[in-house]
Amino acid sequence: MAETSTLFTTLLMQGFAGMSLFSVLLLMALGLAIIFGQMGVINMAHGEFMTIGAYTTYIMSTFAEAHGFINQYFILALIAAFAIAFAAGYLLEYLLIRRLYKRPLDTLLATWGVSLVMQQAFREIFGAREVSPALPEWLTGSYQPAPGIDLPVSGLMVLVLMLVVTFGVWLMMYRSRWGIRVRATTQNRVIADAVGINTKRVDRITFALGCGLAGIAGAAFTTIASTGPTTGSLFIVDTFLVVVFGGAASLFGTIASAFTIAQAQSGLEFLMTGSMAKVITLVSVVLILMMRPEGLFSVKVRK
Amino acid sequence: MPKKLLSHWITAKNRSDLINLALLALLLLVVLPLALDIFRLNLVGKYLTFAFVAVGLVLCWGYGGILSLGQGIFFGLGGYCMAMFLKLEASDPVSTAIQSTPGIPDFMDWNQIKALPWFWEPFHSFSFTLIAVLILPTLFAYLIGVAMFKRRVGGVYFAIITQAIALILTVLIVGQQGLTGGINGITDLKTLLGWDIRTNSARYILYYINAALLLGGIVFSRWLLSSKLGLLLVALRDKEERVRFSGYDVANLKIFTFCVAALFSAVGGAMFTLQVGFMSPSFVGIVPSIEMVIFTAVGGRLSLIGAVYGALLVNFGKSYFSETFADLWLYLMGALFIGVVLFLPNGLAGLFREPRQTWLLIKHTALMLVAKLRPARLRPEGK
Repeated sequence: MAETSTLFTTLLMQGFAGMSLFSVLLLMALGLAIIFGQMGVINMAHGEFMTIGAYTTYIMSTFAEAHGFINQYFILALIAAFAIAFAAGYLLEYLLIRRLYKRPLDTLLATWGVSLVMQQAFREIFGAREVSPALPEWLTGSYQPAPGIDLPVSGLMVLVLMLVVTFGVWLMMYRSRWGIRVRATTQNRVIADAVGINTKRVDRITFALGCGLAGIAGAAFTTIASTGPTTGSLFIVDTFLVVVFGGAASLFGTIASAFTIAQAQSGLEFLMTGSMAKVITLVSVVLILMMRPEGLFSVKVRK
Repeated sequence: MPKKLLSHWITAKNRSDLINLALLALLLLVVLPLALDIFRLNLVGKYLTFAFVAVGLVLCWGYGGILSLGQGIFFGLGGYCMAMFLKLEASDPVSTAIQSTPGIPDFMDWNQIKALPWFWEPFHSFSFTLIAVLILPTLFAYLIGVAMFKRRVGGVYFAIITQAIALILTVLIVGQQGLTGGINGITDLKTLLGWDIRTNSARYILYYINAALLLGGIVFSRWLLSSKLGLLLVALRDKEERVRFSGYDVANLKIFTFCVAALFSAVGGAMFTLQVGFMSPSFVGIVPSIEMVIFTAVGGRLSLIGAVYGALLVNFGKSYFSETFADLWLYLMGALFIGVVLFLPNGLAGLFREPRQTWLLIKHTALMLVAKLRPARLRPEGK
């Protein structure tokens, strides 16, 4: 009896570790699902927008420590991370992306260049060493629903944040006038233009929103790991795979694929080394994509 | 065949190509070896191995419209095949007598591996190695190509999948330290069939072999592009559906081109190992693969010869700036990516080929700047 319960708690803890990875991956992928899935723009600098969010949180925490509101800062940091990443995304769209909508492969190269510049800028401003913000007290403890089960509060917080943000994105995309405009623009740009939608404005806001979501992902990321100049770029390929694997333009697909990939990876990590777990997960994803290129859940869009 | 090849070259349209190729050959075979000492020439040789990849990318990206972000995979496979052979030669039982298991590569011994893994065994043979360098990466490209192009996956998705494969291969190599040498790669390579590759004369010979292979590759690609296949490639890049409806198997065309590009990269990788004396995962992953694309983009994605200059210039820039202003290099590299895509979609070759267009571009930009800088009160009303 005692052994089964140990096994159970181990499995539960393992599943929870997978849930934390799932949350961060999904937060990252949501922004990309909007930018890549809806607009078809490849933003290789998406990881750097996450890093912007993480560094914003770091700055906020240092500021909060100096002024004594460390317990309340995290909510402010989330808002600031979103706002700054949103503004940076808006600027990037205005300066660069809008000139390249007709050349998706070139967008990929240009945004890779942007990511290099941003990484070097981070390195010069914040240094090459990884930093992590001071966590407020309520985020550092752990929650014990039963003896032997130890769930870190920060992981729970990331989970809740993920649920809230996903719900928000769903509301915006499928239950708001703005969402209708975005989907109309995706499905048929010319007709959308003709019925009076300002498609250029929709493009700009959509791109900026995707970047803002990456900023939130970055803020959430600081609670479970430390941030360095290249943190974002480590996630970029995984995030793209999540979106492609789920089926572009499908919110549900993105959630399902982030869940599958995260659980597979953290489950396999339990059985073997981290690098082999990653290799097996990615190989499976690539093989499935080769058999089913449209992803798990594809939405039929007239091109 | 050679006669037909020649007649292809000497038409009025191709005369300038021929002159450019002759100039490149003169530069690589005469000017650089005379002007540079062997250390610098060896560096040029190293850059020229990247030019193989760049030339392959001109074929598959510039003409075929297939952007592969995983050319490092094939460069690495070619390089690793060669490195495995050289490493086995360097780890004979006599010179590794100090190890707990003599006769296996040193990094295996450090990782407590007692016997040579099975996939290392055939690399005792030089002829097997040569065949592996040529066949293995091409076969891998064929498999990827069949899986992707037969299902009509292309464009952006192909780029992401190839990038993911490059990542997988890097993680695998780094993770399996005992079998692959891990993050350090396969180092301390000394002789090729008893011939010391570290001496100056060996370096000269390898440089010339490398340059000759590269020029041969360019001539071969030029011939390929001037054949019907070249026409079809351009046609399918611009209107894939129309080529398909004309009855051509678009997938096979793409697979073939991708395989040729992979073969070029593999030869480059093998020559890299021979000239530089090691191979490591830092030439396999995402970052090197995408850097190889920028060599092609800078040189001009439609110019075989431009790609060589692109590889040389970007690498010279990289080694110059990372020696003198290390911090500046990433900014410059980033600006290069953005600038080339925005302002020079046909790279340096585009500047060279269309001087009139270039002049118009400069004039246009200058006028725009003047218009923007002019004080507001001088501008026409309402602006």
